[in-house]
Amino acid sequence: MIEDNAIVIAFWSLSATTIVCALMVAAVRNLVHSVLFLALTFVGVAGIYIVLSADFVAVVQVLIYAGAVGVLMTFAIMLTPGADRLNASTVFQAPAFVLGVMVFLLIAWVAYDTEWRISDREAFTTTAASLGEAFLKPYIVPFEVASVLLATAMIGAIILSRAERDDRA
Amino acid sequence: MILALLALVTDKRLALVTDHWWDIRDLSNLTDAVYDILRDDLNVPDWGIWVLSGLLGTIGIISFIGGVAIINIWVERRVVGRMQSRLGPNRLGPFGLLQPVADAIKLMQKEVLQPKVADGLVFTLAPIAFTVPGIALFAVIPWGRNMVLADLDVGIVYLFAMSSLAALAVFIGGYGSNNKYALFGSMRVIAMLVTYEIPIVLSLLGVVLFAGTMNLQGIVLFSEEHWVLMVMLQPLAFLIYFLSSSAELNRTPADLAEAESEIAGGYHVEYSGMKFGLYYAAELINAVAVSAIIATVFLGGWWMYKVDEIVPGWMILIGKIYAVYFIFVWTRGTLPRFRIDQLLAFAWKWMTPMAIINILVVATEVMIWEETGWSAAVILPASIVINGALTGLLIVGWVRTMAPNFQRFPDRLRMYSTIDVPSLPAQAADLRETTA
Repeated sequence: MIEDNAIVIAFWSLSATTIVCALMVAAVRNLVHSVLFLALTFVGVAGIYIVLSADFVAVVQVLIYAGAVGVLMTFAIMLTPGADRLNASTVFQAPAFVLGVMVFLLIAWVAYDTEWRISDREAFTTTAASLGEAFLKPYIVPFEVASVLLATAMIGAIILSRAERDDRA
Repeated sequence: MILALLALVTDKRLALVTDHWWDIRDLSNLTDAVYDILRDDLNVPDWGIWVLSGLLGTIGIISFIGGVAIINIWVERRVVGRMQSRLGPNRLGPFGLLQPVADAIKLMQKEVLQPKVADGLVFTLAPIAFTVPGIALFAVIPWGRNMVLADLDVGIVYLFAMSSLAALAVFIGGYGSNNKYALFGSMRVIAMLVTYEIPIVLSLLGVVLFAGTMNLQGIVLFSEEHWVLMVMLQPLAFLIYFLSSSAELNRTPADLAEAESEIAGGYHVEYSGMKFGLYYAAELINAVAVSAIIATVFLGGWWMYKVDEIVPGWMILIGKIYAVYFIFVWTRGTLPRFRIDQLLAFAWKWMTPMAIINILVVATEVMIWEETGWSAAVILPASIVINGALTGLLIVGWVRTMAPNFQRFPDRLRMYSTIDVPSLPAQAADLRETTA
C-alpha cells in the first residue's frame, strides 16, 4: 500500500474540499450553484470513503448522491421561483448560524473526548461481497423491510400523482 | 534507459519476471521491467513507483481516447456516408483522412460565444464536467491479463456511477445556457438517463450473477475459464444493454436531446468553438467507452479463444470495441428518430420487465449450479440453450401480443390522427387515395 504520508495528504485535501464546498452550499445566493457545490461535497465524501478503503460505499455514494440526489435536487429547484438569487435570504440567518456553530462544537467535543479504539484488523479486501453476505444472511429482515418501505413509497407517489387523471381514463 | 534495458537482456534476473519484457502481448511486462530497474538499481521508493504507474496508465488511456476521438469522426462520417449512398469526407488527404484535423482546427479558430444572460461559471463548467466521466469510464477496462489501471472490485457499479454523473453535467449545461431549447434538450436527457438507468443496471446484474464478481477483469477471466462469451449466456441482457446504452449515448435512434428538427440542437445550442468541440468529442468518447464496456462484459474483453496467445490482448479488445462501435454507427446510419414518449414507454414497458424476467431466470440457473454442484460443462450449455430460447420467445411473444398491429397500407394518416389539421378538402382526398 501507499505510505501513511500519502493517506494523510489525501485525507486533509479531501476534507478541506468537502468542508469548503459544504459551506458554499449555504453561502452562495444561486440555488443551482448551491446544488453543484452539494454534488462536489458528495464526491469529496466519496473520496474520504476511498481513503478508508470502503470502495463499494464510495462508488454507491457517487452513484446515488452525486448522480441521483443531485438530479432530483435540480428538478426541485426548477420548480422554485427566484432560484437564482434567493438562497439563504431568510430571517433565520442569525439563529441558524448560532445553531450550526453549537452543533459543530458538540460534535467536535464528542470526537475529541471519546477514546477511539484502534482496530488491528486489516482492511477488507472485498467490501462488496462482505456487504452482500451481511445483507442477505444476518440482516435479511431489515433489508427486506427497507425494500418494502421503498416500494410502498413508490406506489404511494404513483397513486398521488395519478389521482387527478382518473376521470379522464 | 534503452541501454539499461539492453544490458538487462543478458541479466539473469529477467528470468524472474513472469514474462519477458519484450513480450508486448501484455504491455505490463514492459512497465514491470522498468519498475524493477527503478526499484532495484535506482532505489526509487515504492510511492514513486505507484505514482509512475498511475501516470503511465493514465497517459496511455488518454492518448488512446484522444486518438480515437480524432479518428472516429472520420470513421463515423465515412461509414454513415456509405450507408446513405453518399461519399462522406474524401477531399483532404488520402480517403479524406485529414478531415478531422481540419474540423479540429476550424473549431479552435471559432470565436467562443457566451450569451450575456448565461450563467458564466456553470456554462463553462458543463462541457468539462460532461467529458470527465466519459474518460474516467476507461479506468476500469482491462486491456490484458495485467493491463488494468484501476482493478476495482466494484467495477460495474463504478461504471454506473460515472455514467450517472453525466446527467448532472448535461443538465447544468442546459440550465447555464439560459435558453429554452437548451433546457428542453437537457430535460430530455435527464428523462432518458433516469429511465434507461434501470434496464442498464438490471441487464448487467444478470452478467454479474453468472460471473459471481463485479470486477471487469473477473468477468473476462470467467469467460476464459469457462470458454464462453457472455453474449451467449446472456443474449437478452446484451440486447437490452445495447439498446439502452444507445439511448443513453444520445445517438440517432434516440438523439432526442439534440433533435435539430424539433429543438434546434438541444442542450448545446448555445455552445460554439472549442466548448462545442468538447461536447462533440465527449459524445464520441462516450460511444467508444460504451463499446469498450460491451466488448469487455459481453464479448470477452481481451480474451478470444486462444487467439490472445498470439495476438496482443489489447489489440483484440480494440478490434472488439470497433466491432461494437460499427453496430452503433450502423443503427445511427439507418434508423429514424424516436419520439420522446415512444422512447420512454419502450424502456418502461418492454426493457424493464424483460430485464427482470432475465434476472429471475439467471438467478434460478445460478442457484441450481451452486446447489447441485453440477459441472460447468453441463450447466453453461444448458443455460445457453435456455436463455437463447427465452430471448426469442420473449421478443416474438411481445411483438405478437403487445405491439400495435403492423399496417402495410395504413387506412388513416397516422401522423395526424389526433391533431385536427385544417387542410383543403381536395388535398386531403388526394392524400387518402395515394396512401390507401
